[in-house]
Amino acid sequence: MRKTLAETAKLIRSKNAGPFWLTFDVMFDDADIYRSVRDQDVLNVDRVAGLFGQDPAVVRVFAHDSAFAVKVSFPRPVSSGSALDTDVFGGQQYAPLMDLTVELGNPSHAK
Amino acid sequence: MKLLAATGMLGSGFQEASIVRGVDKGAAMIGCDSGTTDFGPHPLATGRSQFSRAAVRRDLDVILVQARRARIPVIIGSAGGSGGDSNLAWLVDIVRDIAAERDLHFRMAEIRAEQSKETMHRLHSEGRVRPLAPMGPLTDEAIDSSLHMVAMMGTEPLQSALEQGADVVLAGRASDAAIFAALPLLNGFEPALCWHAGKILECGAAAVAVRTAPDSMMAELHDSAVDIEPLRPDYRCTPQSVASHTLYENADPFNLPEPSGVLDTLHTRYEAVSDRAVRITGSVFRPATEYTNKLEGARSVGYSTIIPGAIRDPLIIGQLDAWLEVLDENISARLRQTVGESVKYTIATRVYGRDGVMGGLEPIPRVEGHEVMILWDVISDSQELSHSIAASLSHMAVHNPIPEWHGLISGVAFPFAPSEIDRGPVYEFHLNHLIAPESPTSLFPIEMTSV
Repeated sequence: MRKTLAETAKLIRSKNAGPFWLTFDVMFDDADIYRSVRDQDVLNVDRVAGLFGQDPAVVRVFAHDSAFAVKVSFPRPVSSGSALDTDVFGGQQYAPLMDLTVELGNPSHAK
Repeated sequence: MKLLAATGMLGSGFQEASIVRGVDKGAAMIGCDSGTTDFGPHPLATGRSQFSRAAVRRDLDVILVQARRARIPVIIGSAGGSGGDSNLAWLVDIVRDIAAERDLHFRMAEIRAEQSKETMHRLHSEGRVRPLAPMGPLTDEAIDSSLHMVAMMGTEPLQSALEQGADVVLAGRASDAAIFAALPLLNGFEPALCWHAGKILECGAAAVAVRTAPDSMMAELHDSAVDIEPLRPDYRCTPQSVASHTLYENADPFNLPEPSGVLDTLHTRYEAVSDRAVRITGSVFRPATEYTNKLEGARSVGYSTIIPGAIRDPLIIGQLDAWLEVLDENISARLRQTVGESVKYTIATRVYGRDGVMGGLEPIPRVEGHEVMILWDVISDSQELSHSIAASLSHMAVHNPIPEWHGLISGVAFPFAPSEIDRGPVYEFHLNHLIAPESPTSLFPIEMTSV
């Protein structure tokens, strides 16, 4: 069964990592769901880059096994609080990640 | 050795009972970070704190009274919001005020982190400055246009102050984790444990499972492990909550850079030692081949006047991009007549309901609702000029035509009169570089006084 990250994550957030970088955390309560997201490469560099219109070369993705979390980081388009910035904390940039989907359960038994 | 973090940011608050409990449990020091770049460049640019004097004074009062009761040192880093000289002076004044009122006496160290243009030109010419991604190389122009520049100190200046007998250390811009790593490193504890403890403590109780309000946190260092435990009885840490903290505000959760090296958490283990405490083992600290202090700076970008305006007409919304383009051409032509060709200005147009929140990152940059808000921001070299450009802009916007309507329209709903709001000077962070200093303490003069 396919589910969105919005339905399966306990928290999806974005935030500045200093004034020049944006970072996104997709965090799970359930280790199995986390491993599905990680192993299916749901948040891969090319997909994330495409979603946000970024050069894949600047996008970094990390799987954090102890935190049951996948993390994405890339440079901010403009620095925090500068003339053309739209989000000083970087806190409202994660919405496009919510609709990405993951296949849950054993795919060989899926209908 | 037990380390006590008062809260994640001085002035954000904590329960007094938490500090009392931490001190009674045998804390060897109380630390607190007082700065952040979260709010944008203005605390550094203006030298003013985001939090009020009353908020910071309340937190400091509890910290100082409890630390003097137990005769343990206090270390405050990144004083007054951004750790520049005037931010530090503001914090020093509050500390003196509390000491006088409470009849507290101690040795105080003030450690400055602000860098003069002369110093930065010298370091630049000596080839000691290099950029951090995504920034380009440092330029003389970037130095000269700075309002304030600060270097981020590591543990060494803090340790020097402690060795000189400081009871209260007030530091300008400092690594958040260094506030907590300084004392245990001085006492020979394993560097990876000291730095990992510092990384958790710098955010106060942020690493608990459910944080309802900012509060204190304690770390206990052992020979090969560090235990993290919150001080509010209703808070608890879990292995996942503590592990997750390496994610917060860091671009890379496994390589956390500090002036003297990198904390590597790739193979760190987090395990519960009770239903509220977590043990950390297995972190590695890799000493840097070259010691570096991060450089931060802010400069002015001019004066801003904003205009919020909204549109409900579906005919205008349906051709919004073209409508904005026509407006842009009309305002450019008008300003060439009024203020002249050579005058520099920026008009940032944010369209809420289309891509106002995400700008260029928005994957669906189109209007899907029945109304939009437009926030125009005019920035130029003077408030008067920005205001006059904004006045022309709002007038032209309200009457900007579309082909479907014949005759003069009023196409923008302004919620406020006057529609133009002067916002004053605005700033930007323009430095993100590393300095290779002569020594870890060379950029950070220490002044010792008796209070």
